[in-house]
Amino acid sequence: MNEQPTGHPLLEVRGLKKYFPLRSGLFSRVSAWIKAVDDVSFDVYPGETLGLVGESGCGKTTVGRSILRLIEPTAGEIRFAGMDVRRLDSTQLRWLRRQMQIIFQDPYSSLNPRMTVGAIIGEALYVHGLARGQELDRRVQELLAQVGLSPSYRSRYPHEFSGGQRQRIGIARALALQPRFLVCDEPVSALDVSIQAQILNLLQDLQQELGLSYLFISHDLNVVEHIADRVAVMYLGKLVEMAPVDELFRNPLHPYTQALMSANPVPDPTIRTRRIVLAGDVPSPVQPPAGCPFHPRCPQVMARCKTIAPPLVRSGHGKDEHVVWCHLYGTAESETASSPSLSSWSSTAGDSGAAFLQGR
Amino acid sequence: MWSYLLRNLLQRLLLLVLISFLAHAVVHLAPGEPSEVDPSNPRMKPEDIARIRAAFHLDEPLHLQYLYWLRDLVTGELKSFKDSQPVLPKIWRRFLNSLPLFLCATLIVWSLSFPTGIHAAIRRGSLYDRTTTVLAYAFISIPGFFLSYLVILWVVHTLNVPVIGMQTFGMENAQPFYRWMDRLWHLVIPSFMSAIAGIAVLSRYVRSQMLEVIGQDYIRTARAKGLPEETVMYRHALRNALLPFVTMFGFLLPALIGGSVIFEQIFAWPGLGRLGYEAILARDFPVILTLNFIAAALTLAGTFLSDILYAVVDPRIRLQ
Repeated sequence: MNEQPTGHPLLEVRGLKKYFPLRSGLFSRVSAWIKAVDDVSFDVYPGETLGLVGESGCGKTTVGRSILRLIEPTAGEIRFAGMDVRRLDSTQLRWLRRQMQIIFQDPYSSLNPRMTVGAIIGEALYVHGLARGQELDRRVQELLAQVGLSPSYRSRYPHEFSGGQRQRIGIARALALQPRFLVCDEPVSALDVSIQAQILNLLQDLQQELGLSYLFISHDLNVVEHIADRVAVMYLGKLVEMAPVDELFRNPLHPYTQALMSANPVPDPTIRTRRIVLAGDVPSPVQPPAGCPFHPRCPQVMARCKTIAPPLVRSGHGKDEHVVWCHLYGTAESETASSPSLSSWSSTAGDSGAAFLQGR
Repeated sequence: MWSYLLRNLLQRLLLLVLISFLAHAVVHLAPGEPSEVDPSNPRMKPEDIARIRAAFHLDEPLHLQYLYWLRDLVTGELKSFKDSQPVLPKIWRRFLNSLPLFLCATLIVWSLSFPTGIHAAIRRGSLYDRTTTVLAYAFISIPGFFLSYLVILWVVHTLNVPVIGMQTFGMENAQPFYRWMDRLWHLVIPSFMSAIAGIAVLSRYVRSQMLEVIGQDYIRTARAKGLPEETVMYRHALRNALLPFVTMFGFLLPALIGGSVIFEQIFAWPGLGRLGYEAILARDFPVILTLNFIAAALTLAGTFLSDILYAVVDPRIRLQ
């Protein structure tokens, strides 16, 4: 959909971890950690959409929120346009909010029920000192028009709108600060299928118009295939595979991706797919399995999957790169899935997009 | 909107009449009547009792008695069985005594429990939060009358000052300034004691309400906008958390009457609560019924008021 962006990634995520404490007992001592996100690395290039897929509870949303520091990551590096996001103080964090925004999953609960649409959209502009008075009102009307709503809606309240309209309000709200990067956290999952297409098209139109980059989080493979340029697949807090969208759907390498693909319904009753049925449930993120997190359910499990973390196997470069973390494809490589530290990055390097993959 | 209000008001009037009728029936069904309050009095002869019953219409059918009461109430002729004083002025005088106590206690409750609850919610799990939690449960669990007696004992023993009643005996002729200070001092302990349980309960409500709102998605939205944390807490969270407390304003009205029967009893405060209590002991039907009627009217007015307030503060309700 877009021309191939080159050069620096807009967003670089390296070794992102988020562990939530599990408290128990009389004095609520931390008895265990839930490893919601465990060592996740990826890049997002200007103007592209990176799809992030995985089943419920695999940590997709936590990744999205950690990037914006709506929740504090436990470890890892997040670089946005060369800035180290995790080291920003509160003033700089407010600067970050103007660059990066988020569209939330649930358009019903994510809008303050006691504020008018105009106030919801305009508040950020006002607080960041970008517009006041008539200028503010004009900007709010512009934003409403931009997402396909009547400017007269600004004096109404969220409950007067349908789900699709509310999600448009959420998008207008996110666009108000003119960000360069949007985290779309399952923006269409709560909507009707007929409305989903409208919102997806709106997001694509806005991307072309404004040159936005998206991290598009979803559990719906059809939606991701439609909107994403590249796709990253998550399982139990870890990435298992990442590739351009066509490549991934044509040639899924990881057994988990293959199982996901086979479970994806195709709207054509004459096509018979070979369904890969996974046995068992997703293990608890409190005690993830040793070695490869997928090994207890993997149809092609080998002895070393149970003890050794899977190696990172890649082919191609930059945006065309196909990465998979699996023993099936890389036997002798000593490289593990862990990421290099921030010091090995070079934000001035021309091809820093693949820097972490060219580790040594 | 206006037709809705008018219809609502008419419904409430009808309800008020029904309540008063039921209350009348219940009071008369209860054992005992004015003529039997003092059976051991040797001067009370059967013919006296018959005279009393006739004078108070106690021999007539229940519905007629109700109509007599209603007629007297509307015309203002209603008199107490006990001392033949007009009922309404009697209630009004007692109401004026109760009012300062009620106002002080309410003011203390609302002004202390909100900051306590909000602060505990914002700093959830902190030492402050845990301390106020323990204190709140302690004050909810300890009966107010018990605590009041302890406080009275302690104040009287250590400070040697009187705390019972509305003013110190013999202060009626003192200079206005001293009289006022004396009355103010007498107000302090009763209002605090009757406020304590209220603070404990209300601050818990505020805290849980605030926590619920802080957990809402739109609070995360507000943070994502890059708003300062105070704006998130006070503009987005607090405003939504306050919503349920608007209804409580309505319930304050009936508390004006008989709000603190127990505390007026403990502190010998000549207020409405005690008036009602004494009326019940004396089977003084007109006073009991009238107090009940006023309480019912205030309750209905209070819920009516909170309905309107709800519509004012919550845009979601306004249109429906």
